[in-house]
Amino acid sequence: MNITTNGEAVSIDPLTVQQYLVSLGIDPRRVAVELNLDILPKAQYETTLLKEGDALEIVHFVGGGAGRG
Amino acid sequence: MKLTEEQINRYSRHILLKEVGGKGQLKLINGRVLVIGAGGLGSPIALYLAAAGIGTIGIADADRVDLSNLQRQIIHSTPDVGKAKVLSAKEKMLAINPELNVVTYETWVCAENIQSMIADYDFVIDGTDNFAAKFLINDACVLGRKPYSHGGILQFDGQTFTVSPGESPCYRCIFPEPPPKDVIPTCSRAGVIGVLPGIIGTLQATEAIKFLLGTGDLLHGRLLTYNALRMRFREVPIRKSPKCPICGDNPTITELKDELDALTVCDLGH
Repeated sequence: MNITTNGEAVSIDPLTVQQYLVSLGIDPRRVAVELNLDILPKAQYETTLLKEGDALEIVHFVGGGAGRG
Repeated sequence: MKLTEEQINRYSRHILLKEVGGKGQLKLINGRVLVIGAGGLGSPIALYLAAAGIGTIGIADADRVDLSNLQRQIIHSTPDVGKAKVLSAKEKMLAINPELNVVTYETWVCAENIQSMIADYDFVIDGTDNFAAKFLINDACVLGRKPYSHGGILQFDGQTFTVSPGESPCYRCIFPEPPPKDVIPTCSRAGVIGVLPGIIGTLQATEAIKFLLGTGDLLHGRLLTYNALRMRFREVPIRKSPKCPICGDNPTITELKDELDALTVCDLGH
């Protein structure tokens, strides 16, 4: 099935959000996931099945900026 | 208040812009911006705000200049190693523009001190390097209804986002809670390409200037992300979240607290 991830069309097998992140090598604790414009609560990653046409944005925590970080 | 002849000369390239003009330049001169962090992001932010003539600039950081900072923290120079960053920064800002009022805070921000600090300013810029400070700045600005610019950098990635509390989504609308401690590498462990804070910090300074001028579109409801390796900017549309723990329909955060799990910077500083 076809979904959009970070603006790019991709074809994937039916997966949960959790499975999809793991398949991309992404630690789910390091990101926020926006599914069809709504931020998906972390507790729902394992129960949310991706559907045809879903638009996904995977946003990383980026915390650096000053000196020690 | 009128611009002096010297000011007309100094700011002539601003004054030529119809979006700025003499009136806009006076808004900048009367403007007050607080920069939290005098490091990678804070360097270009403070330099450009000083050059632009922002009349009062606060700068907060408890750190001292280290040799390993100089690859990216362009407000500091080799002879500054060992000096308090806020003092080193103030010297460079006043060298560019002696008519500024630069207020230094040689401290880390924490739940105790941030509210009184931000109260004196029109706009706040987050140039900090840890999630405890980033969430604290968001919370203090949302509760204090103070517009601010979020910025973050790591390795080749950067992101920035502007929050006008009440009007636009906040950082917790995207990230409700800080990440667990040690899950996200820091720049000191994972590295950062030296130009990156120049790019993101300059964008943040642009937001402060536009905010003071009251012109253009701020980065409201869109997280701008940048990857230097792919040389790609993206905008992630962000909605105000009804479930946001601080600006949502049923907020659970109603007062400031330090995010102990994310790193308590206050313990490092004093």
